[in-house]
Parts: sequence; C-alpha cells; structure tokens
Amino acid sequence: MKKDYHISNALFVLPAVLMFAIFTIYPFVKTFQLSVYEWDGISPNMKFVGFKNYIDIILADKIFWKSMTNAGVITLLALTFQNLLALILAVIIDRGIKFEKFFRTVYFIPPILSGVVVGLVWKWIYDGNYGILNTILSYIGLEKCATSWLSNPKTALLSVAIVHMWKGFGWGFIILLSGLQTIPRELYEASSIDGADSFKQFYYVTVPLMIPIFFIVSILTILGTMQIFDLIYSMTRGGPAGATEVPISYIYRYMSNNELGYATAMAVIFGIVLFLLSILQIKISRKLKKV
Amino acid sequence: MSSKVEEAKLSSYLILLAIAIICLFPLLWMLSSSLKSQAEIFTNMSLIPKRIFFKNYSDAWVKGKFAIYFLNSLIYTFCGVLGILTIGSLCAYGLARLKIPFKDIIFLILIIPLIVPLPGTFVPLYVLLKRLGLLDTRIGLILCYINGGLAFGIFLLKSFFEEIPKELEEAAIIDGATKWQIYFRIMLPLVKPALATLAIFNTVAIWNEFLLALIILQNPLKMPIQRGLMVFQGTHITEYGQLMAGLSIATLPVLIIYLLMQKYIIKGITAGALKG
Repeated sequence: MKKDYHISNALFVLPAVLMFAIFTIYPFVKTFQLSVYEWDGISPNMKFVGFKNYIDIILADKIFWKSMTNAGVITLLALTFQNLLALILAVIIDRGIKFEKFFRTVYFIPPILSGVVVGLVWKWIYDGNYGILNTILSYIGLEKCATSWLSNPKTALLSVAIVHMWKGFGWGFIILLSGLQTIPRELYEASSIDGADSFKQFYYVTVPLMIPIFFIVSILTILGTMQIFDLIYSMTRGGPAGATEVPISYIYRYMSNNELGYATAMAVIFGIVLFLLSILQIKISRKLKKV
Repeated sequence: MSSKVEEAKLSSYLILLAIAIICLFPLLWMLSSSLKSQAEIFTNMSLIPKRIFFKNYSDAWVKGKFAIYFLNSLIYTFCGVLGILTIGSLCAYGLARLKIPFKDIIFLILIIPLIVPLPGTFVPLYVLLKRLGLLDTRIGLILCYINGGLAFGIFLLKSFFEEIPKELEEAAIIDGATKWQIYFRIMLPLVKPALATLAIFNTVAIWNEFLLALIILQNPLKMPIQRGLMVFQGTHITEYGQLMAGLSIATLPVLIIYLLMQKYIIKGITAGALKG
C-alpha cells in the first residue's frame, strides 16, 4: 500500500526526469566520450585517439584561441561599457524621473528582439554600399571614416561588439534597477542630513548594498557574451578571415564539417573555461562580502 | 543652487532620451524600410516613406515563404510552452509537496543548467536526434525546446507551490480528493501568476530561438521564422524592402506581447537573475 503511494507520486516527476536524462544528461556525458574519438558522425567505426584532439586544440589551433580572445574582447567591452551604461541609466531612473515607464519600456526592447533580427538589421546599417551608417557619416562630414564595417577586419569585431552591447544593456539595466529599488529611501535621507552629496551617497550607500547585484549582472554578462552566436552568425558568420570567430561559431563550423570528435573536445575546453570563470566570480564575491 | 539642480535634471533627460533614440532607431529604420519600394530604399533616407508600399509584405509572406515560417513558429512556440508548463508544473508540484525518494537531489540535478553553463552540448544532441530518427522533424525540435525550458520552469514553480499553505491540501484530502484532483483543481489555479510569467517568458524565448533550429532542421517547409530569415537573406541579398518586411513580421508578435505583458517578462528576467 505504502509503496503504491510512492509510485504514483513518482509519476509527477517522471516526465521531466526522463526528458532531462535524455536531452541534457546524455548529451552532456556524450560530449566527453566523443571528444576522445575521431568521428565523422556517419561511419559506424569511431577511431579512438585519446587526448589527441585536446592536444591539437590547445597547442596548435590558433583559430580556436582567436575565437576565445574575440569572445573575451566582446565580453570585456560588455562588462565595462555596457554595464556602466546600464548602471548610469538605472541610477538616474531610480532617483525619480518623469516618463520613467516610457524609458524602462524602450530600454528593454532590444533584449527581447531575436539575435537574428538584430543581426540582419544592423548588417544592413553597417553595409559599405547601402548602409545608413556611412550615409550619416558622410552627411556630418566624416566620409573618411566610412568603411564596410563588417567586412573590414579592423572594424568587424568592434562593430559586432557594439551591436551586442546595444542589444544587451537593457538586461543589466532592468536587473540593476530592481536592485536599486530595494534600497530603503531612509538611508538616502539619513545620509543627506549628515551632509553627503549625491556622489558620496552613491559611493557609501548605493555601492556597498549593490555589490551582490553587480556580481549577478557580471556573471550573466560573462556567460552570456562568451556564448554569443546568433548575432555573429547573422552578421559575419565569423568572418572576415576569422576576425569575428567565437567559440560557438567555431564549434558549429567543425560540426557541420562532420568533425564531431574535434568539435566536442573544443566544447569541453570551452565549458571548463566558462565553469572556472563562474567559480572565480563566486569566490571573489564571497570574499568581498566578508570585507 | 536650484539652477544647478535644474541643469542636472536636464542633462539626465538628455542622456535618457539619446539612449532611447539609439534603442529605437534601428527598429524604426526596419519598419520604415519595409514600407518603401526597392527604388525608394536607395534614394530616400528619411524615416518616413514617400508612398506606403505594402507589396513587400505580401511578397515576403507568399513568395518569400514567410507564411510557412510564421505558422511553423506558432506551432513550435505553442507546443513548446504547453509542454514546459505541463511537464514542469507536474514535476515542481511533486518535488514541492509529495513524498518522493531523493527529491532534493533530483531537484538539484534538474536545475544544473541554471547554475553551470553547458556549451556545445548541441553536437551530441545532434547525434542523439539522428539516432532516434528525430533529426529534421518537428517533434525533435519541440522536445528540445521543452527540455530547454524545464529547469527554469521547475525552479520557479516549485518556489510558488511551496508558499501555498498545507492546510488547503489536508482539507481536500479529508474531503476525499485524489492527488491528481488536488493538483488540477486546487494547486494549479493558485500558481497562475507563475504560469503566466513562464508562458510569456518562454513564448519570447522559443520564438526567438535560432541555434537548435539551425542544427536540427534542414527542410525549409519545417523551419521557424528565425531560420527562414537566414534562408531568405541568403537568396535575396539586396532586396532590403522584402527582407525588412520579413524581419518586421518576425518581430511584431514579440513586440506586441512585450508591450502588453511587460510585467510578466520583467518578472521572469528578475526571477531568473536573482536565483544565484
């Protein structure tokens, strides 16, 4: 009788557990297994190569490391400029302003758009021949700066990064704003009676209370940006000449070339890097909390 | 002193407004270009079309196959969201309220994707779907979408179920209700706000999804709109009017849902972010 009770309870959980086992756990484990083989995904015999894929990637694959650096550059830009902009906007709006709802609504539009839509619109804006950006530049007398933004190796990465930040800052903005709004107003009033101006208030009241939120936003920015793909694929497909290649686009490239062992080995290395980055962030945030 | 405050206020507004314009411009540019004829697109750089040209939309819809892509996206989004809500809420209720062995461990394992990034699992997922005969099938893509939304769904719903007072269930048991009746008639209606948040959040996520659709589908007739856009762009490179019409078709549903249901989307975002 009691056992029957348990079995029907398990029915509630079973569909989710089954799906998760098949579509998340199995692929996750399989990633490690495939990474020590040379396999085209079709032929019945997989050739065991041990750590050869890993060694090749780590020691010899310059494009893989370039893809990591590219994603790293976009991530650093997003961590600084994008989040700084998000913070400034959140602080201004938190201090109370008219049309608050309008601004909040508008800033969160780019994050809800699809990466492909954003990528394709901006690809046209950046276009060397027909793009509005060059038209605007020549209108204000800066023809010299005009270029094919996405096919010029010098400007491609920065151009992509700008679009990523354009699409992403509203995210940080919303999270930071909801954090700011939990700070009790009395703290500001008390500190202003003590003679603190708004900069001092920000430094001594806002910042210490916001540190946990800053870390959440940073972790999300790092993990989200390192795994950037849709924008890259729709704007440049990693080109020109690997100038905007990122880890996911590179893994996808090898997968489409039917080099599954190599692709999964890259996925493992990339996954470990992301894992270490998030552990590092959590460690730092714990330390800061103690101080 | 007060003029200084005024100045600060004014510059605040200028910053806010400038950023708002930068946010909106690409979107307005897309919409306005979608209403210009091919000739006007390259000559009239104004945001307002001289003559409204709807043919881009009808061409994109029929010749560009956006009717098919749009319908596919509707199917994937509807089935995906329904699956996430059903399977997710059943599991969350079980973990929150029923006696199940090892349920704390099961919960921790299920929410792993929220804590640890698992990049590149799409490669073995592709192999798996191929073996199961689910590659290039609608059901294969839908199953992946459901699985993708489960972790967050279970996480959010479990916390809602846990807040419901136990007395409600105990009273229902005394009245002779089975646990399935309790789940459907009492518990589910009480977590409606969480279900709404999840529904809208996942609608936007699935509608916008690209990578899984890219690796799973080959047949254009099965593609959702995000993939359709890439196919269209690849074959009609400089037909910007039609492309912008396609992009607008892909964007309008999400934009409308966002403007109507903003509250729920923001809730989903902040709940997702503050999980850490």
